[in-house]
Amino acid sequence: MAEASAHDVTSIQVRVMNKLAVENIHKRYGETEVLKGVSLAARPGDVISILGSSGSGKSTFLRCINLLEQPNQGAIWLDDQEIKLRPGKHGMLRAENQKALQQLRTKVAMVFQSFNLWSHLNVLQNIIEAPVHVKKVPTPEAVTKARANLAKVGLSTDVEKKYPAQLSGGQQQRVAIARALTMDPEVMLFDEPTSALDPELVGEVLKVIQALATEGRTMIIVTHEINFARHVSNRVVFLSEGKIEEEGPPDEVLGRPKSERLVQFLSGTRWHGAS
Amino acid sequence: MTIDLIKQYWQSYLWGSPNHISGLAMTLWLTVTSCVMGFALALPLSVARAAGPSWIRWPIWLFTFVFRGTPLYIQLLIIYSAIYGLDFVRNTPGVGSFFKDALNCTILAFTINTCAYITELLTGAVKATPRGEVEAARSLGLSGISLYLRIVLPSALRRALPAYSNEVILTLHATTLASTVTVSDILKVARDAYAEYYLPLPAFGIAAILYACLSLTFISLFRKAEQKWLRHLPTT
Repeated sequence: MAEASAHDVTSIQVRVMNKLAVENIHKRYGETEVLKGVSLAARPGDVISILGSSGSGKSTFLRCINLLEQPNQGAIWLDDQEIKLRPGKHGMLRAENQKALQQLRTKVAMVFQSFNLWSHLNVLQNIIEAPVHVKKVPTPEAVTKARANLAKVGLSTDVEKKYPAQLSGGQQQRVAIARALTMDPEVMLFDEPTSALDPELVGEVLKVIQALATEGRTMIIVTHEINFARHVSNRVVFLSEGKIEEEGPPDEVLGRPKSERLVQFLSGTRWHGAS
Repeated sequence: MTIDLIKQYWQSYLWGSPNHISGLAMTLWLTVTSCVMGFALALPLSVARAAGPSWIRWPIWLFTFVFRGTPLYIQLLIIYSAIYGLDFVRNTPGVGSFFKDALNCTILAFTINTCAYITELLTGAVKATPRGEVEAARSLGLSGISLYLRIVLPSALRRALPAYSNEVILTLHATTLASTVTVSDILKVARDAYAEYYLPLPAFGIAAILYACLSLTFISLFRKAEQKWLRHLPTT
């Protein structure tokens, strides 16, 4: 119902009701154009999965959203506020000022493929670092929140004092999710969150992400897990050669693929992804 | 004879007298001051060299190259003899009296030299910060100075600790050069004792034992520091 009406209103109104909107993102590395004008809008509670073969630009696109990559062209809105961008070195867009960038990044939290926990800090320190030192949350409050989020990702308080190297990959990724959650983000970005995990650890992480999805969080997930994408998301985007090839509800896109490329992609990955 | 040497020189070997410290106390003072000041200077230099713009990177590279590429002994002689030989240095009040003092020159030379080595070592450690950890920090809103103070440096300094402890031991051993410019460190006392008694083995043997004791003390202190600061590393 809401899906149908979204297409009917003008783009200005779409922005107003969107939690996050990115428009016409272009990204070039030298001569190679990795992203050729990708747009995406997420309403509150949307869980959008981005699929595509490697090299399709899906991770780059995700990283452009929080400006870890600087796009050559494009615009970003958070709630209905445009993030002010200006061209910097080599014509790539960067946040107009440090404050705008920090605002974007404290509201859009990212979970990485390789966890990227700070190896010299223990679990609790990892989680409260940014809330305390970026958002200036008082430490006791941050600790309370951190513990609640550790419980939410299914980790007991025993791990609090452990260092990342003492945890399994699945535990590390769940700590990373707790770290992102403790920022109280408006939007969560997941960059292939299970790709670096041993097969037997994938399930525990997907379960946590699934639970977050049912909480009504706005999330954008780059993933190879097609079955997971189908279950968890209300919208699927298929990226191919830097462009959106198809998008829509998962059953439609994954069940009745229209484009040649998506058909090929699905037939290729189902062998691996069907487990 | 050996007993006489020890009787006469033991106090000089250890700390000298209140108005003329010597021996172990002097060596310790040389080592600690130059290592502490060298480290304090190297910290900003290494960050600038690892992450600064190129106009600031290459002068720092040149500095580390010059002071690592030439013998410390020559650096000491230039600072102690050659600089004081310049007219404008001698005639500038404050500066002249600073370079006239052998101890000042020695500490200056050791500080600059160890600073060059520590800068190089810390630069490597800063550059070796895992890219993903820096990205995670950026993605959570840390940037600029706070990114360095909160994440990059704490991580890099830990990584550099074993190499830094090595550098401190090397500096300790290098302080023996001070004896050549009249500073009364352990080796200077040993030379004096040898000159008086012609007993090389006791005179220099005592010095060697004192240096070994100092090394051992530093090594065990650094071992403690590593246990505290490097406990995050996977145990093998």
